Amino acid sequence: MTALQGTIPEQAVPAGAASADQPMRIDLLRIAEWIEPGSRVLDLGCGDGRLLDYLQRIRQVRGAGVELDDEHVIAAVRRGVRVIQQNLEEGLALFDDRQFDTVVLSQTLQSMHHTEHILREMARVARYGIVSFPNFGYWPHGWSILRGRMPVNDQMPYQWYDTPNIHLCTLRDFQDLAARLKLRVTHLATFRGDQEIHWLRGWRSQLAVYRFESPWSRSA
Amino acid sequence: MTTTAVSSGPASAPAAQPIDPRTVPEGSVGFVSPEFLHFSEPLTLSSGQVLPSYTLAVETYGELNAARSNAVLICHALNASHHVAGMDAERPEQIGWWDNMVGPGKAVDTDRFFVIGVNNLGSCFGSTGPATVNPATGRPWGASFPLLTVEDWVHAQARVADHFGIERFAAVMGGSLGGMQALSWAITCPERVGDCIVIASTARLSAQNIAFNEVARRAILTDPDFRGGDYHDHGVVPANGLSVARMVGHITYQSDEVMASKFGRAQRAPGPSGDYRYNYDVEFEVESYLRHQGEKFSRYFDANTYLLLTRALDYFDPARAHGGDLARALAAAQARFLLVSFSTDWRFAPEHSREIVRALLKNQREVTYAEIDAPHGHDAFLLGDRRYHAVVQGYYDGIARRLDLGERRRVTGVLA
Repeated sequence: MTALQGTIPEQAVPAGAASADQPMRIDLLRIAEWIEPGSRVLDLGCGDGRLLDYLQRIRQVRGAGVELDDEHVIAAVRRGVRVIQQNLEEGLALFDDRQFDTVVLSQTLQSMHHTEHILREMARVARYGIVSFPNFGYWPHGWSILRGRMPVNDQMPYQWYDTPNIHLCTLRDFQDLAARLKLRVTHLATFRGDQEIHWLRGWRSQLAVYRFESPWSRSA
Repeated sequence: MTTTAVSSGPASAPAAQPIDPRTVPEGSVGFVSPEFLHFSEPLTLSSGQVLPSYTLAVETYGELNAARSNAVLICHALNASHHVAGMDAERPEQIGWWDNMVGPGKAVDTDRFFVIGVNNLGSCFGSTGPATVNPATGRPWGASFPLLTVEDWVHAQARVADHFGIERFAAVMGGSLGGMQALSWAITCPERVGDCIVIASTARLSAQNIAFNEVARRAILTDPDFRGGDYHDHGVVPANGLSVARMVGHITYQSDEVMASKFGRAQRAPGPSGDYRYNYDVEFEVESYLRHQGEKFSRYFDANTYLLLTRALDYFDPARAHGGDLARALAAAQARFLLVSFSTDWRFAPEHSREIVRALLKNQREVTYAEIDAPHGHDAFLLGDRRYHAVVQGYYDGIARRLDLGERRRVTGVLA
């Protein structure tokens, strides 16, 4: 894997600055580092609003989330996060072109039916996109398959018959799709548990986080 | 401008005065009485007509704080009134129409917020309207009462805010027609609305919506007792027309699913071995229910008011002055917004709310939107769905935090 050129300096964000109840996950901290202070952020599948709450406090972003689950919507409202209840599979028709600086899709891509569509929609509404997903190329997965079993681990804790993960991919698979959609990858970070992985990450990482730039942003 | 509070007591004092604490349920604002505010300055209406003076019936709950920053205005829908919460002091069986939402410890928490319920101008529960006496003639206004728009209501209500010395509401909130008023407040008086809460509402009626209103109006207008709107002078009321109007409305407030589960095809009084009766009396339970609702309504509601309110619904279309562009209509708004819709509401379906959300996002307004998957149709906004109340509660707690109104002291009502 080649080193990726960053367009913004990665600014360290203190882990202790997360909300008092629970420390921020390492991948979310990295996402926060890639987001410019004071910018406009859309978080797709924002869950209970933890990341947006954090970004609003630490990065002073103007944020909005999209979430389908009732209890998550309630939790996000209680946090003071602006959330729009909607099914992402229906696309982002509520949002105008270029309405945001960054759009985040954290650990949701692999469970979406319309993978290409959501990536195109992300590129439409924001200049930068950030996606994270479980890396199917993680070597124990191969080992598991050699033993005749679908992989099940803490990153993907599902049996084959009840998994929401219908579109699993490897790092290279994602990069191919990104290239086809003319998304220019600007950053990549990979993790195993709470540890960042720097070498042989196609095999050794469980979770990949990409930041990409939309095609219109370069032609504009 | 001159305002006269007809009832006694300082304007900012809570109207809720528990008489017997043993009979006040937990979370209720207690026994309440309306105030009647008289405004003697003429009000120029959208139609160009001028109302020389008017009275509005209001109820208040909780206490207005010293900074006058904790006021919430609740706008009502078609058939409701200023009696939003608590028990009417005169007739305690009369519970406020949004009592599950407003009270100490409820989603709209009167421990921290000062809540105003106001009866719309043109309505028939104590505010000036077609059924009240025109001072110029000494007779009921009847057909001569001017038609009103949602914007007229906002202008009339702004004087209520002035009366209480409220420059800016913490929130203006309403469901259905009340939601239109809240939306109109945010456009018409942008600097006076902190948060705008619009529930099960729309920025304009669809052709289907207008069509239902027209059927309701035709039922009233063609009732022989309508007498061109001056039925009061003849000592009659168009009860049949009003009753049919209400029946039509009632169908549109409920989902197919709810009607099916409540009534199905159950027969009211089937003949031997379940036979039909082969006549046009009540055969099915649903007919009995609708007739009962219609007749009950026709006993307390004024027919001219029904015409006027449905027409105001039809006319509401803030985008109209902006070439149909709702985003441009909402460009003036400064409030933060909460919108809630219900999946089975076919009167004002979620698509209506999404259109508002989209227009607000286009203007970079802060907006939260919950789409509650509830079975109850349009009526859901009056009911106690836990998720719906949790969203509203969480949202109001956020307003309280921003305004430094303190933490919630208790949780009562739906979420207790």
